Amino acid sequence: MSVIYILLSISIIVAIAFFIIFILAVKSGQYDDGYTPSVRMLFEDELVKKSTKQSINTNTDKLH
Amino acid sequence: MEDNQCFHCGDPCGSTPIHFQEKQFCCNGCKTVFEIFSENDLTSYYDLQKSPGAIPTEIEEKYDFLDQASIVQKLTEFQDDDIEIVTLYIPHIHCSSCIWILENLNKLNPSISNSQVNFGKKTVRVTYSAKNTSLKELVLLLSRIGYEPYISLEDYSSSEKHINRSLIYKLGVAGFAFGNIMFLSFPEYFEVNEYWLEQYKHFFRWLMFSLSLPVVFYSAQDYFISAFKGLRAKLLNIDVPIALGITVLFLRSTIDIMFDLGSGFFDSLSGLVFFLLVGKFFQQKTYDFLSFERDYKSYFPIAITKINKDNTEESIPVYKIEQGDRLLIRNEELIPVDGILIKGEGAIDYSFVTGESHHVAKHSGDKLFAGGKQKGGVLEIQALKSVEQSYLTQLWSNDIFSKNKEEGFTNITNAISKHFTIAILTIALIATSFWLYADISKAMNVFTAVLIIACPCAIALSAPFTFGNMLRIFGKLKFYIKNVGALEQLSKINTIVFDKTGTLTSNSNHTSYVGEPLNTKEELVLKNTLRGSNHPLSRSLYELLQSNDIISLDHFAEHTGKGIESSFKGIDLKIGSANFVGQAQEQTITNTVVHISSNNEYKGHFAFYNNYRKGVSGLFKRLWKQFELIVLSGDNDSERDNLQKLLPAKTKLIFNQKPDDKLEFIKYHQSEGSKVLMVGDGLNDAGALAQSDVGIAISDNVNVFSPACDAILDACKLNQLDSYLWASRKAIDIIKWSFVFSFFYNVIGLYFAVTGQLEPVIAAILMPLSSISIVVFTTVCTNMLVRKLK
Repeated sequence: MSVIYILLSISIIVAIAFFIIFILAVKSGQYDDGYTPSVRMLFEDELVKKSTKQSINTNTDKLH
Repeated sequence: MEDNQCFHCGDPCGSTPIHFQEKQFCCNGCKTVFEIFSENDLTSYYDLQKSPGAIPTEIEEKYDFLDQASIVQKLTEFQDDDIEIVTLYIPHIHCSSCIWILENLNKLNPSISNSQVNFGKKTVRVTYSAKNTSLKELVLLLSRIGYEPYISLEDYSSSEKHINRSLIYKLGVAGFAFGNIMFLSFPEYFEVNEYWLEQYKHFFRWLMFSLSLPVVFYSAQDYFISAFKGLRAKLLNIDVPIALGITVLFLRSTIDIMFDLGSGFFDSLSGLVFFLLVGKFFQQKTYDFLSFERDYKSYFPIAITKINKDNTEESIPVYKIEQGDRLLIRNEELIPVDGILIKGEGAIDYSFVTGESHHVAKHSGDKLFAGGKQKGGVLEIQALKSVEQSYLTQLWSNDIFSKNKEEGFTNITNAISKHFTIAILTIALIATSFWLYADISKAMNVFTAVLIIACPCAIALSAPFTFGNMLRIFGKLKFYIKNVGALEQLSKINTIVFDKTGTLTSNSNHTSYVGEPLNTKEELVLKNTLRGSNHPLSRSLYELLQSNDIISLDHFAEHTGKGIESSFKGIDLKIGSANFVGQAQEQTITNTVVHISSNNEYKGHFAFYNNYRKGVSGLFKRLWKQFELIVLSGDNDSERDNLQKLLPAKTKLIFNQKPDDKLEFIKYHQSEGSKVLMVGDGLNDAGALAQSDVGIAISDNVNVFSPACDAILDACKLNQLDSYLWASRKAIDIIKWSFVFSFFYNVIGLYFAVTGQLEPVIAAILMPLSSISIVVFTTVCTNMLVRKLK
């Protein structure tokens, strides 16, 4: 039954690891702005799509 | 209208839109922005949101002051040989397109390495290479694409802002400990005298003990500090019984596990602190995009152009302006000091200061007060005073601006805490002395149990959750309150003081025409004549008249101080003062009037009126039974008759009040025991707003500036003020009911405690249960209250 010591220490270590991640997240300012990231997240795709379209456009321009 | 909108900014394009790449634009500025974006592959800007842009402003030399290294150093938050980081406030940020374009600034200027938008605060933080570009170039780039940053004197003087995140840390620590202790204490709740448990329980208990240490000594430290401060000031605030409860919980639990008397109350302890901190966190609702602390510095520019003796221009920080300096004020620039106009035609917009929307015409030799904005041509003024000594800015030297309103007022929780603490201590003592006779071994047990179970967690949570929820609801209804203290004060108001201009009146004018009607041709000439004039009244009248075609006039002449003359195809129009158009002055009219004559024949006049806001009369009629109502105006009493007709007879009307008069007036009323609510808008009300118990600033657009205050109310909701006051008083009732609720829990708990049967498991159930039911009760009640509001 002394395995309980190992199990408990593992569980506490995991919990502390998560806790440290939380502290780091707060420290990095993640909780200061709760809105902008939610919008920023949606940009990535638009940007890629747009830039390929643009490059096609410029190519056709060159053909003319 | 739909298809006539500018592709860039969404404004109607009028009769002559500019076509470019099959899109139409309202002006060259918008077209230029579109060109910049399309050249740089940034047209996604228009995909995210329809017509997201703003017309770029003409700037010229406005930002020359950014050439000065000392000013740049003050504005940037980081500076070394190459890299500079600056955070700029951009009022136009309003949609996802704005975020997108501002975070892609590096495509427009490769020296910008990173830019990050904070949408709530409307700021962008830009990192750029100072070797290849400069702050001035960055600001000019932003202005060119329609995102002109707002740089004010406040940015110049403020030191680095420190964000206080300690509450989140404390909440995190408490939550972490609470969860883990709960797991560890579970086995002992149900399995008593089980073999393995007996074996390992000491290990479990000491683990819980170590987890509770950071909760007591870090998360809960504010309660100890506050209780200590309260006791020193001989006040029994709510933190006294809380701190007492936490201390007793911790000591008793430690002793319990040390001498193997029981499993201790570590779960209740960490839960209690966790719930209390959640309450604290919840009432801390902040509106990032609003500032309640503004003084004149937020309105004033950092630097101004000074004309040296040898006629060279130089940009100097406004604090360095000395008496006698000659200053250059350009279009849209703010006059930072009191001065005398030397050259140029002033059309000064004092709406920041007084709320008056008409521009005031000034001629050379006239005195100008600080705080006005020039709309029109370039002015040259001579400074009469320095910035701090000007008529308006002097107001801020009053003591009231350095006082903290929070102090010196006992909130409802602390008011009840006094009786509560005394009652609990009495019960604890009586119960202990009884057990000292009955069973001395249990006496200490009972004493601590009473203090543990009576720890007023639910009471301490009632007000934060009720007020915190009200704050959020009011925020949705466009009534933004600074903090819960202001909300509680609001419920005690018995006197309401209103400013007139800009508060009761709206910023939109209306005119009425009296006299012989003009024919269509005359109207056409009139409109085009007004178009050519920069006089403030011409501008206002031009905007109010219906749009017509643009024609070029045969003759146009402006006579300073008199009026305008113009002719077109046989129509000679004179617009201006009564004398100028050849009409004897009528004495009865107190309003601003523009007279018109056509071919030397008098036609009539346009009179400008202040529009009272919709529902003002109704609001006063609903309010006067419960409150003393006063209208305090800085203007002369020309509107007295109008106001008397509009408002209930009991309303006091007081005119010709200077900014400090308003402040003194409120101070006087407070000394007579009134609780005063001040409703104002301009900087001239700032003193009164600060002095009053609650100061509400009325704002047509909450994103633009309002003076320091306790709450900001959207102007379209002014007529609802009475229901907000009503709701704030109902909120107090809700809190009182939830006090009754938590006493009920306390009585149950005390029964267990006094009879000496308080097991850790009972405390662990009772404490979260009471807290959660209080949260549910207050949330449900406030939400029901809101239904009645609408």
